[in-house]
Amino acid sequence: MILFEVFLGGLLLGGTYGLIALGLNLQYGVARILNLSYGEFFMGGAFTAFFTITLWKLNPLLGGFVSLPIAFAVNWLMYQVLMIPLIRRAPDQDVLDADVVLVTFGLFFVMQGLALVGWGGDLHGYSYLSTGVPVLGATVAANRLLAFLGACVLASALFLVLRRTRFGGALRAITIDPVAASLVGVDVRKYSALAFAAGGALAAASGMLVSTFISFTATIGVEYTLKALIVVIMAGVGRVTGTLAAGLVLGVVEAVGGYLLDPALTIAINFGLFMLVLLLRPTGLFTRA
Amino acid sequence: MPELVHKNWLIVVLLALGVLILALLPRLVSNYVISLFIVLYANVALATAWAFFSGTTRYISLATAAFFGVGIYALAILHVHVPLPAALLGAVIVGFLVALVVGLSTLRLRGVYFVVFTFGLTELVHQVLNWWEIKVNRTVTRYIFADVSNVSIYETLLAVALVTILGSWYVSRTRLGFALRAIGEDETVARHTGIDTTRVKVLCFAISASVMALVGAVLALRYPYIDASIAFNNTWSFQVLIAALLGGPTRPWGPALGAIPLVLLSDYLAGTFPHHFGIALGLCFVVIVYFLPGGVAPLLERTYRRWAAARASGTWPPSPVAAWLKARLARLNALWRM
Repeated sequence: MILFEVFLGGLLLGGTYGLIALGLNLQYGVARILNLSYGEFFMGGAFTAFFTITLWKLNPLLGGFVSLPIAFAVNWLMYQVLMIPLIRRAPDQDVLDADVVLVTFGLFFVMQGLALVGWGGDLHGYSYLSTGVPVLGATVAANRLLAFLGACVLASALFLVLRRTRFGGALRAITIDPVAASLVGVDVRKYSALAFAAGGALAAASGMLVSTFISFTATIGVEYTLKALIVVIMAGVGRVTGTLAAGLVLGVVEAVGGYLLDPALTIAINFGLFMLVLLLRPTGLFTRA
Repeated sequence: MPELVHKNWLIVVLLALGVLILALLPRLVSNYVISLFIVLYANVALATAWAFFSGTTRYISLATAAFFGVGIYALAILHVHVPLPAALLGAVIVGFLVALVVGLSTLRLRGVYFVVFTFGLTELVHQVLNWWEIKVNRTVTRYIFADVSNVSIYETLLAVALVTILGSWYVSRTRLGFALRAIGEDETVARHTGIDTTRVKVLCFAISASVMALVGAVLALRYPYIDASIAFNNTWSFQVLIAALLGGPTRPWGPALGAIPLVLLSDYLAGTFPHHFGIALGLCFVVIVYFLPGGVAPLLERTYRRWAAARASGTWPPSPVAAWLKARLARLNALWRM
């Protein structure tokens, strides 16, 4: 029974991991930019929610009306101003990747440093919906359930946009082949910028949702960048349902592994799983070989 | 080689003089300056070792801190049982072996995957070791009982840094160095011309890692005690990477050049404004990618050549810095407008 509760907790956590990774997969899959400063927008979303409830005494989820547009705009600018010159000058994807890794690591340091200067290195946290809710005989925290449901809603919205709209069709075309997409009249730069920006907004949204049940510091970003990356690599670049499934796998493995071995080992379990996937199936678990 | 020395005798004499001055420096300056130079030599050796493999092959590794930490732990465990030189040698061997295993399993990953893997590796080793120390040894710290003076550490690290730079320069002129550069240019082509790319990559990765382990082991002698967060601090990986890229990873003397400003900056900022050092490091990344893609060293070589040509023809060049800045800005501008 305890194991089932642990499993359920892992599943709920995995749902939010899936959402976090969806944003990164949108950025890497469509815009082909591996944004290592991604987690900083997660951190920004978490801090906005924190300040919404502590400073303004409002529902922390209302903070999303501030953090999501900002994350969207900043990521759009990042793509248009910083990434476009790199894309233009790179002879191939390898060189572009190396440049992008360096620049986004640099932005990660700058953003984390600014957050540390502004908000300090202390743990932040607040209490919101921290009551138990019975689910299938087990008890789970309401805020975790809310985060999971929020992740499901956002992920299905994204899925519908990608599958049912012209805009989504264009994004999928770019994911498959940017050159071919531009040949059939897709404005690759415009749509890539929008996908990149939407990915950043998803990071802020997941930061907001996750902040309801964890305490966080200004340095939390890199941990979630890596978690998102683990999920994206497990799922395969550019896949929506695969990303959600991989997120669930990571959440369950982390929760059950931590319970069976030692809670102090969860990060090690994360990385161990990640390296295993990288070594055995670098193209992703949920892709056709 | 003798012919090379003969042609550039002035440079050789000047370098020898410089090394002599550095070797005698501890007699003249305060303990604080000695410590600063120790950190500088450590960074020079690490950055040169990093560039020896990653700069030429373009496999960007963030595992510097991992091998550095392995060296620290090897020394901490070994120095209680065997004499100090043997413990240092042990650290080198352990670093080499660990890198051999890691290299054999990971060097088929390319690009981003390799970067992220090496980053994750450091974290994984850090976490597992930390857990092991708490669970099995019931303590997070290990004490260092070696009684080594700051001056001996200074001299050892100076020697390590010099040998690393000279070794890197020597290898760059051999077949092995050529093979490394060929892999960096295009690995498939390198393989098709008959280079055993796996052997070259794994061997050089392990050599570079054993230097990192040695630097870690020597630096560990300065600490009263160590723990996993001291040994596996990711800042080392990033600082070393930046030093090498800033100086110019394609030249043997480039990383040393890049390490100097970074160590000074870190010494100035890290104590009083630790967060600002992170910001400065981040801005360095951005500036390097947009304005100094090859690092400072090739730039200096070009400037020197232009200057020498202008002097030979009797015309003094207009400010090279202004001309270079103008060219870079024009290029960026063109990229934005395309």
